Amino acid sequence: MYNFAYHRPSSVAEAAAALAAASEGKLLAGGMTLLPTMKQRLAQPSDLIDLGAIADMKGISTTGDGVRIGAMTTHASVASSAEVKAAIPALAHLAENIGDPQVRNRGTIGGSIANNDPAADYPAAVLALDATIQTNKRTIAADDFFTGMFETALEEGEIITAVSFPKPQKAAYAKFPNPASRYALVGVFVAQTASGVRVAVTGAAPCVFRASQIEQALAGNFSPSALDGLTIDSSGLNSDIHASPEYRAHLIGVMAKRAVAAAA
Amino acid sequence: MGAQGIGARVPRVEDQRFLTGRGRYTDDINRPHQTYAWILRSPHAHARIRSIDTSAAKSAPGVVAVFTGADMEVGSLPCGWQVTSKDGTPMKEPPHPPLARDYVRHVGDQVAVVIAETKAQARDAAELIEVDYEVLPAAVSIQAALAPDAPKVHQDLPDNVCYDWELGDKAKTEEAFANARHVVKLDIVQNRLIPNAIEPRAAVGDYDSGTGKYTLYTTSQNPHVIRLLMGAFVLNIPENKLRVVAPDVGGGFGSKIYHYAEEAIVTWAAGKVNRPVKWTAERSESFVADAHGRDHVPHAELAIDADGKFLGLRVSTLANMGAYLSTFAPSIPTYLYGPLMAGVYATPAIYVEVKAVFTHTTPVDAYRGAGRPEATYLLERIVTKAAKQLGIDEVELRRKNMVQPDMFPYQTPVLLQYDVGDYPGTMDAAVKAADWYGFAQRRKESEARGKLRGIGMSTYVEACGLAPSAVVGQLGARAGLYESANVRVHPTGSVSVYTGLHSHGQGHETVLAQIVHEYLGVPIENVTVVHGDTDDGQFGMGTYGSRSAPVGTAALVKALEKVVNKAKKIAAHLMEASEADIELKDGNFVIAGTDKSLPFAQVALAAYVPHNYPITELEPGLEGQAFYDPMNFSYPNGCHICEVEVDPETGKVDVVAMTSVDDVGRVLNPLIVEGQTHGGLTQGIGQALLEQCVFDEDGQLVTGSFMDYCMPRADDVPSYNSSTMAVMGASNPLQVKGVGESGTIGATPAVINAVLDALAPLGVEDIQMPASPHRVWQAIQAAKTPMAAE
Repeated sequence: MYNFAYHRPSSVAEAAAALAAASEGKLLAGGMTLLPTMKQRLAQPSDLIDLGAIADMKGISTTGDGVRIGAMTTHASVASSAEVKAAIPALAHLAENIGDPQVRNRGTIGGSIANNDPAADYPAAVLALDATIQTNKRTIAADDFFTGMFETALEEGEIITAVSFPKPQKAAYAKFPNPASRYALVGVFVAQTASGVRVAVTGAAPCVFRASQIEQALAGNFSPSALDGLTIDSSGLNSDIHASPEYRAHLIGVMAKRAVAAAA
Repeated sequence: MGAQGIGARVPRVEDQRFLTGRGRYTDDINRPHQTYAWILRSPHAHARIRSIDTSAAKSAPGVVAVFTGADMEVGSLPCGWQVTSKDGTPMKEPPHPPLARDYVRHVGDQVAVVIAETKAQARDAAELIEVDYEVLPAAVSIQAALAPDAPKVHQDLPDNVCYDWELGDKAKTEEAFANARHVVKLDIVQNRLIPNAIEPRAAVGDYDSGTGKYTLYTTSQNPHVIRLLMGAFVLNIPENKLRVVAPDVGGGFGSKIYHYAEEAIVTWAAGKVNRPVKWTAERSESFVADAHGRDHVPHAELAIDADGKFLGLRVSTLANMGAYLSTFAPSIPTYLYGPLMAGVYATPAIYVEVKAVFTHTTPVDAYRGAGRPEATYLLERIVTKAAKQLGIDEVELRRKNMVQPDMFPYQTPVLLQYDVGDYPGTMDAAVKAADWYGFAQRRKESEARGKLRGIGMSTYVEACGLAPSAVVGQLGARAGLYESANVRVHPTGSVSVYTGLHSHGQGHETVLAQIVHEYLGVPIENVTVVHGDTDDGQFGMGTYGSRSAPVGTAALVKALEKVVNKAKKIAAHLMEASEADIELKDGNFVIAGTDKSLPFAQVALAAYVPHNYPITELEPGLEGQAFYDPMNFSYPNGCHICEVEVDPETGKVDVVAMTSVDDVGRVLNPLIVEGQTHGGLTQGIGQALLEQCVFDEDGQLVTGSFMDYCMPRADDVPSYNSSTMAVMGASNPLQVKGVGESGTIGATPAVINAVLDALAPLGVEDIQMPASPHRVWQAIQAAKTPMAAE
């Protein structure tokens, strides 16, 4: 790890100011990706702005149509939240299966979606549930947020403060983990929402995406059998030592079916 | 057996310190005025070093010194075994400098070392070293290295072949094939593995300018061997001026047998800078700089007559040595592989040929089982394949061809003479324990849940107890393979045992104390087992190849017998009886047929306070030392049965049952045998389903972290159904056979045989390891395709 200046602001405004003042500043949420990267000397921020002391960014509250989760809320908090379990059990279940206990007690929802790892779980939930990302500057619709591999719509100096999830009629997440990393080799989040069926796929491509083919198939018939015979196109899907694009395409279909069967 | 003696289920005395964080590992050792080393490693698999500019690094903050290969004029890291090729020529043995001279030959090869006040300063400075590399094409796979125009790994050699070796009677084997009714053929890939001991390697070099003595603290399975190899061959330091200490070591699995460059670098550098030098591997370094395991490409053919009797076996194998010869690398695909091809079978003719190849990859050497898993996997896969091909029950095919209990001692056609065993008996016990013949019902239940269920079997015999020195000497070993023990009884009757073994997770401190208790009656709380320090005990060969129980305990028993014999003489004097009438029972010397007794501790005290003592006949003191060179190898054997469920939609394999029945001879401590077996089975499952080292075509390690290299986790394995069946008669005093590797040897083929059994209804006939979900799914798709075309 290279040397860096460490800041621990107590408000979002202070954090934004520290970030603006830094030459190569980085926000530190749970640090589950950033810290290992720094330890391997693959990242060299001049300043690390630790968001851990900002009380406003933590916690879960029930809103009129769902739940609002502070950006610095840990996966373990989401997994065990009575509010989340009541409103969107699929979201609690997803959080409960991220990484391992250490990761779940350090990693945060804001950190996860800001990083937008192609194999992370949360982006699938945010996109399928049509969540809204709140920042210190604006609100961003999920459909506009995830723009590419490790890329988001966040502008320079913009800090995620919370994510609001509307309650779906039904939802579920089915993940096929990479045997080594246990990240999603393919993860499919299906949701019946006010605006129709939304299906988001993570792990399979450079960026989380909506599977419109599956959405259409489920629109009239939200049941596993609606996906019988569906062939997913493998073009553009990831290829690595763990899975070919064809295998990932196949798994999208399998996991989508399993998610629909499990949806509650 | 007492509550603490041989065979007792004694909890490990080591556990208190290991489980409460009181272990003392190499990285826990810090010397006054210590400096830290960072090793600059090659980012290229193959390159010529045009020049190295260390000037900026040398003037960086905190830097004490920077050394390159040009500075470090020392000997080559030696190889401990010489294999001779078919044509009588010795293997090619290119030099292996601790720091690269003109060329780098694998990603991770050592190029320079920076020594600084802190590790971070050393690492910062290493980034300032400018190495001008001429990057060259690399020969990464075995096949690429054998291509006619392959880049050469060692420029002075004619090609990349290290040796081309054979074993067995070729003509007789050809004749067997000429007479065969059936010939079964099998091609496999023995996947390359990265050992991943939980403790990364570390080394601290220290030099005392007052005495001229060097000390190396290192993560080693055999500190005496390191002292010999490094002192005599690399750094030219006599034994009396070199102390090697291997304190608590967190797992080895073979990877900590070898003499590594970093050990020589820190020891040599400590003398140069006249301060202690510490190096601790990062986990990423372990992936590229610890010797890897396995990595063979074998082809096998089995000749069978009309009655299902095996007539002959021929095996042709390509083995990867990596870029340099690691300490025991040449012996693994030869003498620890070819002689195991008989397995438990009385196959009359066997011929094995092995071509070992240099590649631009990390060196390959022994990994748990070392040659024996590779042989057993090939043999047990082809036997199961033969049973399916011939339509014979595989249990019966095995039984028909097994060495029967009345055939011992049994001379195989490939060097070994099996001493004792009951191969049909262990198989029958496993078949019963696994309910082999009740499988159809379980398969139905799985099918009802949409799962494909399969059952697979493996038998094995392994040669452990390394090794009769004269025998291995004839086969090319450059060392003896005896073991040593010294039993020092202290004046009040407590005992220190000095062993040449090294415990890095095996529990020697418990088991050796149990043996002392068995012989002397001293409670194990009063016995301390000392190991791992060349200044604190006699020479010994260390721990690997399941040798500690068969060889190490034999040395201990010999030493204990010397103590008992002397103590009886003292007791006879004190009790005014004839020595012949004295017996040692439960810690007391008794005169046979009387109620007179004398506690062992009083005899010990008399030996050190010899007021009433046969001083003209006996020296004071009570201590016994012994070296034991085994008469034969020991032959653990057994049968493993695995059941898997495959999700046909995803290709995911779950091991749902694993049964092992192992004949490890006399069980010294059942808790430790179970632990060894469970760990071994888990590693065997790891190779079958999860683990694979992958390089890209440029020689970069793709599986360079646990993100891509899949180690088995608790939820990858079932609760094991393991048991032992001791057939006595092994050729050592306690009749123990060894248990360190059996799980790894038997599990892997059983798992893959089970996977193939599960997939057989879909038409899948073969799969390579690891049988990952992706591979299984691909195999299912490939099997579907030709059927669709019909």
